[in-house]
Amino acid sequence: MSNNHVIKVEGLTKMFGDFTAVNAITFEVKKGEIFGFLGANGAGKTTAMKMLIGISTPTAGKANVAGFDVFTNAEDIKKNIGYMSQKFALYDDLTVKENITFFGGIYGLSRKEIKGKSEILIKELEMEKAANKLVGSLPLGWKQKLSFSVSLLHDPKIVFLDEPTGGVDPITRRQFWEMIYKTANRGTTVFVTTHYMDEAEYCDRVSIMVNGTIEALDTPKKLKERFKTDTMNDVFLKLARG
Amino acid sequence: MKRFIGFIKKEYYHIFRDKRSLFILFGMPIAQIMLFGFAITNEINNVDIAILDHSKDADTKEIINKVSASKYFSINQIIEKESDIEAIFKKGKVKAVLNFEKDFSKNLIKERKATIQIITDATDPNTANTISNYVNAILAQYQKELNKDVTVAYQIIPRTRMVYNPELKSVYMFVPGVMTIILMLVSAMMTSISITREKELGTMEILLVSPLKPIQVIVGKVFPYIFLSIINAVVIVILSIFIFKMPVQGSLFLLALESILFIISALALGILISTISATQQTAMMISLMGLMLPVILLSGFIFPISSMPLPLQLISNIIPAKWFIIIIKGIMLKGVGFQFIWKETLILMGMTVFFIGLSVKKYKIRLE
Repeated sequence: MSNNHVIKVEGLTKMFGDFTAVNAITFEVKKGEIFGFLGANGAGKTTAMKMLIGISTPTAGKANVAGFDVFTNAEDIKKNIGYMSQKFALYDDLTVKENITFFGGIYGLSRKEIKGKSEILIKELEMEKAANKLVGSLPLGWKQKLSFSVSLLHDPKIVFLDEPTGGVDPITRRQFWEMIYKTANRGTTVFVTTHYMDEAEYCDRVSIMVNGTIEALDTPKKLKERFKTDTMNDVFLKLARG
Repeated sequence: MKRFIGFIKKEYYHIFRDKRSLFILFGMPIAQIMLFGFAITNEINNVDIAILDHSKDADTKEIINKVSASKYFSINQIIEKESDIEAIFKKGKVKAVLNFEKDFSKNLIKERKATIQIITDATDPNTANTISNYVNAILAQYQKELNKDVTVAYQIIPRTRMVYNPELKSVYMFVPGVMTIILMLVSAMMTSISITREKELGTMEILLVSPLKPIQVIVGKVFPYIFLSIINAVVIVILSIFIFKMPVQGSLFLLALESILFIISALALGILISTISATQQTAMMISLMGLMLPVILLSGFIFPISSMPLPLQLISNIIPAKWFIIIIKGIMLKGVGFQFIWKETLILMGMTVFFIGLSVKKYKIRLE
């Protein structure tokens, strides 16, 4: 595996009984890349992602994430990745600071590191006034941004975002993508699944999954050329309808 | 370890910021023990009864004296004829009528037996039952006194003494039961709810993606409840000692160890429930229907197991609470040591190991 590739997947397969949820997918993700992982509901996106983040064991194939094998070193992978789920997943009954402290703590950051990081993070998000408020009282957009920042607390090599902008207004989505760009510029790889096809345009490269297999993988520009359309939405529709 | 402390702290925030949890955790034990102690009672005190005496001889007078002298009964009325009985019951104040047959003394001497009819108002079957038992006890006592006079051999008067609960205080019987319910409620229901809550909110996924091992996540979630359950057990014992003057006869240390064993088995059940339920509501329903009802109905807490039909008696054996109630009744009321309850302890231990094993297995399957 070259140093440039932080995710390298070969023939990765997941079966549930007779049902093949993920069928021998193969792809690579470069360091610092924003990799869009697209597909309709039930196409196998989430299952594939779960194998990559080490909470589901593949049935067959090879996968290397952040330099570690998913079969043998799932625990090491967990230390080197960040994850933000499609459900908003901070604790509503904890304050902003308490959430940061808790998640910093479970990733093994020292008290000093947590203190320093939470100050920077709160400042960057302009949440100084809300720092001691319960997260449950914040608007959804703020929560999403906070959740994203928390998933980056331990400086992971790769951050996995599972439909991070679901249910968020366009302005916040725009801000959210700015945060994603910033993160990628710092050298962190961003692996993102999304339903919004306009967001697919923001990705460096995009893979589209249909029925458990990757049907297309390229830059948005090349995909549009190949399918002779103007938008990623049309690319997606052409692929999904077969 | 540091991660663990952080986890506990988080759990502490969850519990103490949620008024509902707080109420279940701390309000409930106190409310329950008070309720069971004061309101629900099998005792009778100064129950109004009526006398219908067809003989009016020395023996019936003596029996009536004894009945009225006891603090359980007060004689409300003397009636003269059978037809008055129904009227008096209909008024509702009198709960029982003692009906002495004609020539009571004469029959007793001549035929060596005499009849007294105890008629109780069975609209409240429990009270009726208790009244009849108490009257029978008084009669038995009198019979013994009579026998003492006629036979030289029966000079020793056997005293009926209610062992373990001489005053027949029902609270003594309820404390072990309430303690069992509370520990079950706090340990199993609260943990299953708090784990499913994380599943529902999606935070469980985040925790599983973190470097924390699944077992650390579960232990971290469960640990605060062990601590809280122990506090609850202590509160219950203190309440029963100081408010209900119920002595703990046996070793407090043994009581604590057995309680911790039961708490762990309840926690394992809670984890098991959380692995099979997707939402907090489901977890709560399963805990209530699947755990609380059997604990209340089949553990021998309220209804004696020996008087249940055989199938239910058999089912009661698989309920951990049954064994725990036997254990703590033994320790609290009889003051027995470990040698008398090791069998029950062993059964409880076996169940605990089984539940832990099963929930670990289920938990792993769920992760896949």
